[in-house]
Amino acid sequence: MAWTKNVLRVNLETGTCTTEPLNQTWAQDYLGQRGLATKYLVSEIDPKVDPLSPQNKLIFVTGPLTGTMAATGGRYSVVTKGPLTGAIACSNSGGYFGAELKFAGWDMVIFEGASPKPVYLLLMDGKAELVDASHLWGKTVWETEETIKKQHQDPQLRVASIGRAGENGVLYAAIVNDLHRAAGRSGVGAVMGSKNLKAFAVRGTRTDAYQVADPEGFFKAVDAGKAVLAANGVTGQGLPTYGTQVLMNVINELGALPTRNHQDIQFEGANNIGGEAMHLKRPTDGKANLVTNGACFGCTIACGRISRMDPGHFSVKDKPQYHGASGGVEYEAAWALGAANGVSDLEALTYANFLCNEDGFDPISFGATVGAAMELYELGLLTKEEVGFELPFGSTEAMVKLAELTAKGEGFGKLIGLGSKRLCTKYGRPDLSMTVKSQEFPAYDGRGLQGMGLAYATSNRGACHLRGYMVSPEVLGIPVKMEPQATEGKPAMLKAFQDLTAVVDSAGICLFTTFAWGLQDIQPQIQAACEGDWSEERLLLVGERIWNLEREFNLSAGLTCKDDNLPPRLMKEPAKTGPQKGAVSKLDIMLPEYYQLRGWDKQGVPTPETRTRLGV
Amino acid sequence: MRHLIIGSGPAGVVAAETLRKADPVADITLLCGEPEPPYSRMAIPYLLKGDIAEAGTHLRKDADHYATQRIQVVHGRARSVDTTGRTVDLGGGQRLPYDRLLIATGSRPSRESIPGIDLPGVRSCWTLEDARAILALAQAKPGIRIVQMGAGFVGCIIMEGLLSRGVDLTILVRSGYMVRRMMNPTASGLLQQWCQAKGVKIFTRTQPAGLSAADGVLQVALADGRVLPADIYLSAVGVDPNLDFLAGSGINLGQGIVVDEHLQSSVPGVYAAGDVAESRDCLTGKRQLNAIQPNAVEQGRIAALNMAGRPTAFKGSFVFNVLTTLGLVSSSFGEWEGQPGGDSAEVLDAARYRYLNLQFQGDRLIGANSVGFTDHVGALRGLIEGRVRLGRWKQRLMEDPTQIMQVYVAGVHSVA
Amino acid sequence: MQKSLHIDPNKCTGCLQCEMACSWENYRSFTTAKSRIKVFSFHEAGRFVPYTCTQCDEAWCMTACPVDAIKLDPVTGAKIVLDPTCVGCKVCTIACPFGTINYVAQSGKVQKCDLCDGAPACAKACPTAAITYVDADWTGLEKMRQWAGKTDTNPATV
Repeated sequence: MAWTKNVLRVNLETGTCTTEPLNQTWAQDYLGQRGLATKYLVSEIDPKVDPLSPQNKLIFVTGPLTGTMAATGGRYSVVTKGPLTGAIACSNSGGYFGAELKFAGWDMVIFEGASPKPVYLLLMDGKAELVDASHLWGKTVWETEETIKKQHQDPQLRVASIGRAGENGVLYAAIVNDLHRAAGRSGVGAVMGSKNLKAFAVRGTRTDAYQVADPEGFFKAVDAGKAVLAANGVTGQGLPTYGTQVLMNVINELGALPTRNHQDIQFEGANNIGGEAMHLKRPTDGKANLVTNGACFGCTIACGRISRMDPGHFSVKDKPQYHGASGGVEYEAAWALGAANGVSDLEALTYANFLCNEDGFDPISFGATVGAAMELYELGLLTKEEVGFELPFGSTEAMVKLAELTAKGEGFGKLIGLGSKRLCTKYGRPDLSMTVKSQEFPAYDGRGLQGMGLAYATSNRGACHLRGYMVSPEVLGIPVKMEPQATEGKPAMLKAFQDLTAVVDSAGICLFTTFAWGLQDIQPQIQAACEGDWSEERLLLVGERIWNLEREFNLSAGLTCKDDNLPPRLMKEPAKTGPQKGAVSKLDIMLPEYYQLRGWDKQGVPTPETRTRLGV
Repeated sequence: MRHLIIGSGPAGVVAAETLRKADPVADITLLCGEPEPPYSRMAIPYLLKGDIAEAGTHLRKDADHYATQRIQVVHGRARSVDTTGRTVDLGGGQRLPYDRLLIATGSRPSRESIPGIDLPGVRSCWTLEDARAILALAQAKPGIRIVQMGAGFVGCIIMEGLLSRGVDLTILVRSGYMVRRMMNPTASGLLQQWCQAKGVKIFTRTQPAGLSAADGVLQVALADGRVLPADIYLSAVGVDPNLDFLAGSGINLGQGIVVDEHLQSSVPGVYAAGDVAESRDCLTGKRQLNAIQPNAVEQGRIAALNMAGRPTAFKGSFVFNVLTTLGLVSSSFGEWEGQPGGDSAEVLDAARYRYLNLQFQGDRLIGANSVGFTDHVGALRGLIEGRVRLGRWKQRLMEDPTQIMQVYVAGVHSVA
Repeated sequence: MQKSLHIDPNKCTGCLQCEMACSWENYRSFTTAKSRIKVFSFHEAGRFVPYTCTQCDEAWCMTACPVDAIKLDPVTGAKIVLDPTCVGCKVCTIACPFGTINYVAQSGKVQKCDLCDGAPACAKACPTAAITYVDADWTGLEKMRQWAGKTDTNPATV
């Protein structure tokens, strides 16, 4: 009942839109959102397909709790084969778009083929229409969203679109909705661009599209969940006050903040770019970077940062379009744009982050790629002539300039837009690319936090913190405290986290709830919303099934156990400073145990028994 | 104190109720010109459609309402007013005395001066009796042909009801476009396309030369020589205030009854409210008639307070209206035609029948036209009537007129 | 003493729980488009402003209604649309200078805040106390009403 049971299929080649009923069996096996769309994708495309070819598909998908009063119930995902990794790509976003899609009456929209000319999908409840987007091609996300709303005279339209990065094939281009919420990672925006699909605008006004199965039970579970979030120190206070940026100083002091392309593990400028710094009044104009916190749809945590730049900052001095408030830096972005390349100017990071939102590209992969380029530059492998300017670590100007060039697809920005793996390979040092499956690490060092190293190595979408957030046990002690350098119990903990995360990502709610919520808080909400049996055991089985389905896709796409690896730097170069000094990743100890716990053979392939047990 | 109110439309009824609140002991008489309980002409389109029964058009739903309020309801038509003797003549020797008189006689359909206009089968659609007659014919003879002259407010708002009865509708429009007193050509064009797409035949720049009857069927001869057969010729060419009975009364008449800021006419003790009152437009400062429902009730209320001895100034009003034409909602506010030297902004999505046009004078909003745009439209009234200086928000509206409610809320909450 | 909705935009995070609660109360659906309270987002100012009917004394909607379909609830002070009586003529929607009574095409009627019979669902759902239901004297309604009726004011600078 919490599903609309409707799927829209958009053939961009022919320009036709057709409706089909949701596969209910799959919904029972994969819940929704991440899991369900993966099932559709895996069933419909050849895993070996070129991600940027018309044969790839792009799926926008909601979960059963999307568009409900469950706290954070506004999420949607974009699922496709990722061009950065060649693996399954599933990027999750908040804002208001996902709920609107649900209100319009759709669980899922599947884009097929490629349009001969730029178009956008206008979806007004049941009415789907592909509209010419020639006038929008070359425009930013911000311009596109504004133009579409104005054109259709509906300020309540919700728009997800690509900027110039997605058009230009930046391999980590994002799809941005509501101006600054993004399906950010793995290059889903590049796939959208390859299909000549500029935007997806939706308006949902239906009241009969779906319903929660047991309203009374639902509100009881939802209210209890909200109370847990409000009472929790992280979700009730830390995140609203500092956002994810609450972590900057914590991770730095712990010695797990990758710095200057992971050469260091602590950043001397961390204090200048963290959550506390965003609250400080600037000496220049007496105002703080942070204006307020903002929520995504239905979210009672409200971790979002809304920032306003110093209008006198060199990067925006004569650019009034950046003087208003907009989405500020989250922890991962602040790290990637800052520590990863040695830059500690919060205003510059904010500007680069604005550009990432405005033209739709992932600040993590972008910032980390800049860090790699800086190392290549300092090694003399990359010259000033090639770049167009000097590119040492710590150069604020260079980072800002590269953000502008990448956004526009100009000059050296074109190479930066390929990601660090391709960049470093081009200059003969693939080992300097701090990636797994060609996707850049986020803001935790796999040497400083052993569990995170394993999480990165095994993540189905390439290096990612959102597939098994071992920071929780290793730093925050959630649900139990695990020492950062310990390996014992981590493969099992990671597996549990990965499976639980797959459930959360398939339900329509935000992963950040799990700072406070355990499965016992989430299960009653799903159970009351959805028809069927959704016991904790069954949900974990669903999570495991999703994880294995993604794995199977990757194996069929040509990835192997060799891709479950970390760069040699993390394996061989000991951490230089801090509490984790001397540490290297002990991945070789943990990985075999992880495979075994997963029911995979030594090559990381699910055994026949596992396949049978999960029905994958 | 004897209060007499001529006219039982919204202005008259609200005035009677306001008088009762203000003066518990006064005599209050409400003169109804039609043999019906006080009803709302605004509701007639919904009666035609069958959404409501006749009782649904009544201004007050409780049958005892007027008795409970001790408002004496008298049916009859005023023939003349003797302002010296303070009586109103109903004909047949019947006279009603008054101490204070409110004239709230509203409007009546304008009469076309063409040959044959008095033939049977020629009607307006203005009163409950008109609606009954049209419905009876439509039901007796499915698919009857109606030739409607005029596509103004009334002409448009009744179309849906008529079509829902299965009539064959042809509309003649004298000018180049529909609802030209409310809508600019772009908005009007959208309405026309919409109606035509719904199967209504519309002839612009067309008017009849005369009407004749043959075998019980009307023959509508057009100026260009064509002849259209019709079962009903529906005349909807506008309205005029009901003033004829005031000839010789000594009351100063312009377009309507000229009133002061207390809504008192040139004769002390005689007031006017609603469609017949010629009062000050709060935007232009000019005297004008304003035949809209919100103005009628506000003037009825203010006039009554003054009649009851509570001096209350009428702040002036301006014209705004909302119209539903075969389901397409449009609205019109103030000086929608704009003023010389003023800026304007508009956005049009013709394929989806959506349009919004804003008119400014300096940084104030002075008028608007909309089609297919219904959310928060009242804010347009608020901004125009409040003569709100928009400051830098004007630029936002110039760039995107659909931000109107955003701008309004920004003003209320002082969003920097 | 009668109570009113008190809105403190500074506390609003834009989560729209209020809009969902309103829609649930009236439609048994979470569809925010149907909500009678609307949160307006001012992106460049970093502000969110919930906005709904203030149940103003003038009751423009109620007086303008040609068929007597809007009534005063003597207990809560709310002006309430009587659905069976409303014909959907929309006169109230242009008469209300606050823009807070709106036409709903789906039902063919207008809708506005009715204070949920004295237990507003939006206030209950708000996680940050940006919307509360308090004694009328505490509210900023007067400010809003005055503003709407004021002439020659500049909202950008007040």
